[in-house]
Amino acid sequence: MEAAVSTIQWSIAPLFIQDYIEFLTSYQSDLVVRTIQHIQIIVQSIAVAVPLGVILGTLITYNDRAATVVLWLAGIMMTIPSIALFGLLIPYFGIGQPPVIVALILYSQLPVIRNTYVGITQVDKSAIEAGEGLGMTRIELLRRVQLPMALPVIMAGVRNAVVILIGIAAIGAFIGAGGLGFFIFDGISDRHVPKIVVATVFLSILALAFDYGFANIEDGFRRRNGEEIEPALLTRFVNWVRPS
Amino acid sequence: MIEFEHVTKVYDDGTEAINDVSFEVDQGTTTVLVGPSGCGKTTTMKLVNRLEDPTEGTVYYDGEDVTTLDPIELRRNIGYVIQEIGLFDHMTVAENIGTVPELLGWEQDRIDDRVTELMSLMDLPPDQYRNQYPRELSGGQRQRVGVARALASDPEVLLMDEPFGALDPITRENLQDEFLDIQDKIDKTILFVTHDIDEALKMGDMIALFDVGKLVQYATPREILETPKNQFVKDFIGENRALKKLQVTPVEEVMLTDVPDEDRDELAAIARGERDGIEPVKRLDSTQVALSQLIENDIAALPVVDDGGDVIAVVTEKAIRGRQRTYEAGGA
Repeated sequence: MEAAVSTIQWSIAPLFIQDYIEFLTSYQSDLVVRTIQHIQIIVQSIAVAVPLGVILGTLITYNDRAATVVLWLAGIMMTIPSIALFGLLIPYFGIGQPPVIVALILYSQLPVIRNTYVGITQVDKSAIEAGEGLGMTRIELLRRVQLPMALPVIMAGVRNAVVILIGIAAIGAFIGAGGLGFFIFDGISDRHVPKIVVATVFLSILALAFDYGFANIEDGFRRRNGEEIEPALLTRFVNWVRPS
Repeated sequence: MIEFEHVTKVYDDGTEAINDVSFEVDQGTTTVLVGPSGCGKTTTMKLVNRLEDPTEGTVYYDGEDVTTLDPIELRRNIGYVIQEIGLFDHMTVAENIGTVPELLGWEQDRIDDRVTELMSLMDLPPDQYRNQYPRELSGGQRQRVGVARALASDPEVLLMDEPFGALDPITRENLQDEFLDIQDKIDKTILFVTHDIDEALKMGDMIALFDVGKLVQYATPREILETPKNQFVKDFIGENRALKKLQVTPVEEVMLTDVPDEDRDELAAIARGERDGIEPVKRLDSTQVALSQLIENDIAALPVVDDGGDVIAVVTEKAIRGRQRTYEAGGA
């Protein structure tokens, strides 16, 4: 009998608005702290992942075989479940944030490496020929022509990676990394639906905000490269909601 | 300035681009490499700045075997213009033009001055275009930027691979004319690649005519027209050889310096621009221009003026025809 009552409460609980209000008021500061923690994890991961991915993506443009192998390995990485990867990393990095950050760096490599590779190999051949003909060394060509021209595509990869990482980082709370995932695991064990729903909404908003920010940076690079572009979908949506 | 000595180039896949090519380009002249596509003319050009290296034979730049020179340094001393232009879309016009000075480590002030100078030379008002991006420009303007970029470090040699090939006929002709004027001012040694014989006759001091990997004839435009070496050259020049000869013959060769007294007043009036639509010619204009004026305006004589606008001679249809007849007799 008691079990039946609790099951009913569990299933209809999301409808009780006062539960949400109660949760939001009593956990206000906690929510802010966890959100900041979440952002910190993402920023630290990206700070390492982007330079690493761009360097790897650039190097493999010089060797087709290496490109195949590296892109394949980075692709395999994406198929490993995050919980399993955390488990594999704990013996080396302990628990808490370090193994999570390492895992996030590994997960972000596929989009960053792939987009760097594609971006550089798609640079207009005539610009490269002109650069060579004008006497640029390989490094000068890379720094002055290939990388700047590939920047919008690389940026799209980073943007893609960040959105993936925000979701995966939530699972990091399972091994003590903190962040917004904390509320989700807490909510599951407490059978406290508002915790789960609110944390999920926060994660979504975070992901959309990062996506919007990076989309703008990407558009900026595209415009600088002289492309005539339609604003990204989200940018358009936001501009429509809030015309500037 | 540039010399090819028995140069053969075979690519890694076994295709032979050029076979035993020898010729010499004098300083300050424009040599046009012309021929059908796939004849090896572009490869020949790329051997100069070491974008390709010869399989056999030697290419000399200023007396030195190019393969002994550092390719990076060599290329910075040789201007390079390609048909696709290859502007850097992420850089402004000024940054594009300043590329090589920047690589050479010039001071920013010096680069700015040079960019301004070149933009004026190429008829691109600096104030208006400096900070524009290449994609905002028309095809003709983009190619002007391409040429300015190639001239930035004031190289002695300029390599141009079909520079006007992708432009519409009118823009193309304007740029050709302008470039001929510019060439007078800058006095560079130019190697110019084209598949268009008319462009070759117009731009070149010397023409190197290629057929599938072979240099068939290396001569001045007039020699090519007057004494084509074989049937291939004749076919390549095309049907209207007589008209093309007019194009390469300057007015001074057919003009009559004895101006009949009864015509003097009329000629002077034309020279002063008092006869609508009739333009006097100068001694170095082509006879083609003169003949076209004569026919179009239905006049018997056209004045030849000096830079001051004084009538120095007269050109008539008969004089031009006389010249043509001697060509035919001496030529084919």
